[in-house]
Amino acid sequence: MQKKNIVSINGSVILAKGDGDFAMHDIVQIGELKLLGEVIKLEQDGATIQVYENTTGLQIGEEVIGKEEPLSVILGPGIVGNIFDGIERPLKTLEEISGNFIERGIDCIGVDLQKKWHFVPSLKIGDKVHLNTVIGTVKETELITNKIMCPFDLEAEIIEIKPEGDYVVKDGIAKIKNAENEIFEITMIQKWPVRQGRPYQERLVAKELLVTGQRVIDTFFPIAKGGTAMLPGGFGTGKTMLQHQLAKWSDSDLIVYIGCGERGNEITEVLEDFPNIIDPKTKKSLMERTVLIANTSNMPVAAREASIYTGITIAEYYRDMGYHVAVMADSTSRWAEALREISGRLEEMPAEEGFPSYLPSRLSEFYGRAGVVESFNGKVGSISIIGAVSPQGSDFSEPVTQNTKRFVHTFWALARELAYSRHYPAVDWNISYSEYISELQDWYEEKVDIEFLDCRQEILKILEEENKLLEIARVIGQDILSDHKKLILQVSKAFRVGFLQQSAMHEIDTFVPVKKQYEMMKTILLIYERAWGLIEKGIPISEIMATRYFSRI
Amino acid sequence: MPLIGPLVFMKTPEGIAFEEQVVLSLKNGEKRIGNVIKLSEEITTIQVYEGTSGISTTDIKTEFIGKPLMLKLAPTMLGRVFNGVGEAIDGLEEIGYVLERDINSKPMNPVARKYPRNYIETGISTIDGLMTLIRGQKLPIFSGSGINHNELTERIIRQANINDEGDFAIVFGLMGAEYETAQFFRKNFEENNVLSKVVMFQNLSNDSSIERLLTPKIALTCAEYLAFDLGMQVLVILTDMTSYAESLREIATLKEEIPSRKGYPGYLYSDFASIYERAGMLKNSQGSITQLPILTMPNDDIAHPIPDITGYITEGQIVLSRELYQRGIIPPINILDSLSRLMKDGIGREYTRENHVKIADKIFATYSKAQEARALAKVLGEADLTEEDKKYLEFGNRFENEFVSQGLYERRTMSQTLDLAEQLLGGLNT
Repeated sequence: MQKKNIVSINGSVILAKGDGDFAMHDIVQIGELKLLGEVIKLEQDGATIQVYENTTGLQIGEEVIGKEEPLSVILGPGIVGNIFDGIERPLKTLEEISGNFIERGIDCIGVDLQKKWHFVPSLKIGDKVHLNTVIGTVKETELITNKIMCPFDLEAEIIEIKPEGDYVVKDGIAKIKNAENEIFEITMIQKWPVRQGRPYQERLVAKELLVTGQRVIDTFFPIAKGGTAMLPGGFGTGKTMLQHQLAKWSDSDLIVYIGCGERGNEITEVLEDFPNIIDPKTKKSLMERTVLIANTSNMPVAAREASIYTGITIAEYYRDMGYHVAVMADSTSRWAEALREISGRLEEMPAEEGFPSYLPSRLSEFYGRAGVVESFNGKVGSISIIGAVSPQGSDFSEPVTQNTKRFVHTFWALARELAYSRHYPAVDWNISYSEYISELQDWYEEKVDIEFLDCRQEILKILEEENKLLEIARVIGQDILSDHKKLILQVSKAFRVGFLQQSAMHEIDTFVPVKKQYEMMKTILLIYERAWGLIEKGIPISEIMATRYFSRI
Repeated sequence: MPLIGPLVFMKTPEGIAFEEQVVLSLKNGEKRIGNVIKLSEEITTIQVYEGTSGISTTDIKTEFIGKPLMLKLAPTMLGRVFNGVGEAIDGLEEIGYVLERDINSKPMNPVARKYPRNYIETGISTIDGLMTLIRGQKLPIFSGSGINHNELTERIIRQANINDEGDFAIVFGLMGAEYETAQFFRKNFEENNVLSKVVMFQNLSNDSSIERLLTPKIALTCAEYLAFDLGMQVLVILTDMTSYAESLREIATLKEEIPSRKGYPGYLYSDFASIYERAGMLKNSQGSITQLPILTMPNDDIAHPIPDITGYITEGQIVLSRELYQRGIIPPINILDSLSRLMKDGIGREYTRENHVKIADKIFATYSKAQEARALAKVLGEADLTEEDKKYLEFGNRFENEFVSQGLYERRTMSQTLDLAEQLLGGLNT
């Protein structure tokens, strides 16, 4: 057993010295309480460790025991529909053990070891297997079929496989033998180190729309399945609300929702809401396709740092089964702050605003784990990442917003002015953008209409024009504008109220199919064209407005 | 044994634990409490809550208690006044404490939480009608220096109540308050006979600044006891969080920590969260903790780290307006900048009135139009406004003078507030 002893304690960071041989990123167990920690810096004989739990009560000299493996998550049936803390401990199990408040040093794993699952083999003796080959399946929830995959990176063949039946996750369900006659047993669970992306055969181009049912997103600033998006906004601009909307309505097979350093009551809301929301496509409860990771702001900061990786690793596991997974991270700023906090305790030289200089590389590593891939078993799956950002002082020039912007392709800026005038979702169309339009062109033309992108362009032009006109009108007054110009103002107003705003509370408005979004656009444009024609004929705008077509929109 | 500010550095004794409580005995017999905030093989850093003045580098005895800081608790704490470290200072009879708790509570398990519903009535129309305070919510008041938010605080404490049976209590934590302020509160509580439902913890501006770091934790430990052990509906008012944050910065600098924004430590968010997140309700308890922290925005800047970080953790904010205050509108609440995120789930048919949400939405929309009309009137002059805009303008004025303004003593019930709002909106449609 590799052992060291504590020589100093500073908040969530401790230093241990001694003979034990620790490796970078190894997991350790600290002191009598058996707190969980991770090695984050190694020197001659000293190891700096970030502790995933509160360090109150630790003493100098207490033992630190190396577990000789990196921070990993257990992957297997039982993850979907569950809720975990930042290091994949199921919160319900923690509640059973320690009640309303989370005690320290509780060791429990992410999946239920007692529960029996109905295993259906897909292979037979003699079949060849390699990494991620599907051995059999288990119905994990009403919506998700877990594909039990070969966890070993080797070429082998099956020498034994269990018949269809009920097994617990640790039961050996198959044995395989490689060319060297070594035998490996496969169970329904596997372990994967969270900081290491799961490998795949090939990365593919993202060209399918992630349908969210939110007009301003699907029509104007879309994200592709396998794409990345960021959602910056000051407090009160509706980030979490929009994240919830996307989690509820986006057409992914699976949602991994990471509540990273956010409010406890928000997690409770999700827990109360999601089981009761029926997915329109499948008619099943949303929890059947959701994994929640909740490391609220008052839970330990090192576990908050890890929560993002725990979430994305779980997402990769289901991606390898061929699912389209959407990862919602709310909020990545809290994760960056956790980095800053730990970096500060290590007394590292800070870069911008106290953030460590490796913030950009960590962000790019995280967003780099999104994408459409072909797995080693031939299945195509994807991970889309939507990261909320909470800019300090609502200032988009701060480091987390700016650095994230470099690595994502869709930018949904939430504006406080819009939120305060109760325009939701408060996505500011003037500065938001999406770089997926050209990749998605074929999708729009095939699935919606050949003219879709032209309409979109036309409306963006009108909104841009409105922006200019409003500035002019502010100086010289609206009355001086020509009737054509006034019409543009009226149309864009109708468009803002009737199209860009969308009520999350309204039964029908909360999700609008892309086809209908297109029709709505068309209708407004049609009225615009007709009205334009009438003005050409000399009919004053006041009379056109009197027909009330606009207010009816 | 060097001393820097409130920090004592000493050679590490055997068997000392991180964050353990320490009692320092001075030459003259005085005792001070502190705790271990940094520990290494050679040096132990202790922060002394009541300050280090009078402590010499020799001749001092330290006693390690073997556990972190605890607060003694009893149901009879209601109606009493304590100092910032939790000792009764009102000269009344001894309290028969029944138990003690670690003041650093463990994090509430999100799956054990109950989603906040139902509300607390404050008797203030703007808050009750438009940014309803929900039980289990944390809703801060953002004030500015010179705006008398103490009056508002005192009034909320005096008027706050719940509309159903169940015990209601207020835990009031005063941090870095002037002596006069503390007296103002105590005098008013006594005069209005509200002290019986209040537990007051006061840390004055001339008390040690480091003691301020304890006050909110102590207040919340007491609140958790009242709420989750005794099943009461508890409203916790903490003022002023800005003083708290300043103490935090002071200590961080003394510890030579790397500063982040405006010199505040990088963990300001986590530290604030450890206070604010102690609001909430539990599935297996009747009680609730609602928090109403009050802070002063330095230079009226809402983007300053203190209000900014607070706003990211809390569930909305109530913003006071210097402009309204100067116009004599009391309480000077700027409704457009304010928001209660949990409001929608704690009002309506079951709790207040079926059309409450509608009324609130309408008021926000109309008042926002009134502000636009005002801006226009500044440029064009009032006479040149359209009839519609003039109506909005009039609504804006009436709204501020009749709805927002309610002086110091007028207390409106929820139904009076909603009637008034409907009446104001009704005037508009004619």
